[in-house]
Amino acid sequence: MSEVGGTSGLKAKHQRLVLVTLALVALIGAGLLAAWGLRNQVDYFYLPDEFVAAPPPVGQAIRLGGMVAEGSIETLGDGITVAFVVTDQKEARVPVMYTGILPDLFVENSGVVAEGAVDAKGVFIAENLLAKHDENYVPKELEEMSQHQAAKAAQETTIGLE
Amino acid sequence: MLAELGLAALWLAAALAALQLVGGALAQREGSGELAALVRPAAIIQGVLAGFAFLMLLWVFAVTDLSVKLVATNSHSMKPLIFKLSGAWGNHEGSMLLWVTVMAMAGGLIALIEKRLPEKTMQATLASQGFVALGFYAFLLLSSNPFERLPMPAIEGQGLNPLLQDIGLAFHPPTLYFGYVGLSVAFSFAVGALLTRQVTPEFARVMRPWVLGAWVFLTLGITAGSYWAYYELGWGGWWFWDPVENASLMPWLAATALLHSASVLAARDALRTWTIMLGVVAFSMSMLGTFLVRSGILTSVHAFAVDPERGTFILILLALYVGGALAVFALRAGHITEGTRFKAWSREGALVFNNVMLSAILGIVLLGTLYPLLTEAFDVRVSVGPPYFNPVGAIFTIPMLLVMGVGPLLRWRGDTWERLKTPVLAIGALIVAVGALVLIFGDVTVLPLLGLAVAAGLAIAAFLPLRGRNLRRVPIATWGMVVAHFGIAVSLFGMASETAFNVEKLAAVAPGGTEQVSDWTVTLESVDPIAGPNWTALEAKLLISRGSGEPELVTPQNRNFWAPPQQTTESALLTRWDGQLYAVVGDQAEDGRWQIRLWWKPFVTFIWYGGILIALGGVLAIIGRVRSDLRRRKGEEAEIDEPEWEQA
Repeated sequence: MSEVGGTSGLKAKHQRLVLVTLALVALIGAGLLAAWGLRNQVDYFYLPDEFVAAPPPVGQAIRLGGMVAEGSIETLGDGITVAFVVTDQKEARVPVMYTGILPDLFVENSGVVAEGAVDAKGVFIAENLLAKHDENYVPKELEEMSQHQAAKAAQETTIGLE
Repeated sequence: MLAELGLAALWLAAALAALQLVGGALAQREGSGELAALVRPAAIIQGVLAGFAFLMLLWVFAVTDLSVKLVATNSHSMKPLIFKLSGAWGNHEGSMLLWVTVMAMAGGLIALIEKRLPEKTMQATLASQGFVALGFYAFLLLSSNPFERLPMPAIEGQGLNPLLQDIGLAFHPPTLYFGYVGLSVAFSFAVGALLTRQVTPEFARVMRPWVLGAWVFLTLGITAGSYWAYYELGWGGWWFWDPVENASLMPWLAATALLHSASVLAARDALRTWTIMLGVVAFSMSMLGTFLVRSGILTSVHAFAVDPERGTFILILLALYVGGALAVFALRAGHITEGTRFKAWSREGALVFNNVMLSAILGIVLLGTLYPLLTEAFDVRVSVGPPYFNPVGAIFTIPMLLVMGVGPLLRWRGDTWERLKTPVLAIGALIVAVGALVLIFGDVTVLPLLGLAVAAGLAIAAFLPLRGRNLRRVPIATWGMVVAHFGIAVSLFGMASETAFNVEKLAAVAPGGTEQVSDWTVTLESVDPIAGPNWTALEAKLLISRGSGEPELVTPQNRNFWAPPQQTTESALLTRWDGQLYAVVGDQAEDGRWQIRLWWKPFVTFIWYGGILIALGGVLAIIGRVRSDLRRRKGEEAEIDEPEWEQA
């Protein structure tokens, strides 16, 4: 067993340095791993129009946020699967299927964020639905949606003016 | 009137915090001046005043004084008293006041009783404490006044979020705050020691009970929060890697590293700089945690837009504390002489390894938590969840847990492989054997498989430090370590077991219908409307029996609160020694059937039993440390030269 930094006079001073170096190596390793994980293992957020324009690959976990289209909620025969359409209140419409107990405030014309992946038929299979919890709590993406769209609209109208 | 008294007390307390800061700072320059003598009394009175202000807030909430804005927006005359009181801290302003109150009282306590450190170090410590508190007072008084009056008293309060009307959650945030505050005290000690160049084993001993206390509260807070999310949200999960959860996990990770490195410093006078650094990091994480949650920056970046004043204030405070501490660290760390050296294969070596692993995990959680904020700046919205945290975290957690099993068996300074060969190989064999058994008999993914195997090895390894010792002579602090490490194994087992073996059943059931989940039979008797003090609900009556056993009645509900109007899902749990049956009732389909969701979660309760054991271990360690410190002070030094660490 060698002492960290050694016991000889030459190296004796450097135990601290060796420790710092090892810690840095470990932390940089953690940072690189984290960077890899963050590139590959995060769920991207899609709005209905983005989803329609450039659908994510089949099976890739994403989050889809939008409004539940009016008159689209339909309970299937098994009594636990619900089909509905998420829309951006314009033309983009994404069919969604969810098997499970609906969140407390899941209603038509209300915001929803669905976590899941699109299947081969282009239906979004939700594993989890986040709806408004109460009037104070709105999923982050929904709260931003209106502002985001406004910003986008502004961007589009100013293209070419700069 | 009472609200104004509270506000006045707050202003006075702020003035005393300023006095504490100035007095403590001047004491460093001119020796003990007249102001320096005022530092301790100022800290004590500041604690009393802040406590008084918080009592006043509790009072206006207890009597539902609707002329106070905070009461009008967060309370309701119809609420049960306990939730009226918990409403006092279940909001931004009140929780900030609670933070500063606990902090001021902790500062008062150390000013009153702590006499072990040189007086200058104590004054620097209290100055730092005053500095941190001053920021909070400024925040409260300038932009988050909890005692603000309405021009016209409200007729009725707007109520408290019914999700928060839960006894567990009423005490969950304060528990975490106690943890954060304990870390702020540790931080102040670190700053004090750094400024006065007193990074000594004595400093570590003085700081240690505060770190341990903070760690116990954080452990309990995280455990309670996890259980709350588990039964209240009705999703059946116990950890979601939600930013709010991460905000409490990060200080815990830093505190865990800190309490171990403080032990090395106390016992062996090594890891001086590292301990100070961790003291700064742990407090920074708790500040980051508080503010991430309280500012709403993580639930929505637009919290800044909603209340720019508050958001800016928060950022300034964070920058001041963390930046200030890092600046002091950068200026003074060079003056800390290197501590005692040690070999890699030693108790210190194992503790250093795990400190580094904990820091790596902390970094991973921190990056994952803040990453969505970063991408937001580029208008890309992502969410980071289990697919990131679980595998990336596990890469560092598993080696850490393995070393945790071996570390306590090692001697200080240096040890030989020969001495440890037998226990290490035995634990290794046990881990491999359990892993192989699970692999053969179960269909389990890699992480729960590793979790089960490592948990089995750790459960045995945790008790090995007691091997061959007279149990009655084992110091209490060593028992604390054994219990806490065993708690980690228990908790890990619960997590792995739940992940690997949980069975779910989702069905639409007509009244009278029956469903099967694992070896449980569940019959839906009926669904009836019922009423509570401030809610109505649809309550399902489920008769549940295991095998051919006696049926038992459980009643999951769908509650409707009316102030504010909101629905919540109340899950029903049936607890057995080997797991929990978890039932949720959903909506009624058009054909009259009810959605029922059932889980059988084997050994899920061990997650929280483990958490309680970990906290219990921390309590034992505090008792043991404080007792041996007291004895040490009586001059029995020769006898008590760190006996808790020496192996028989």
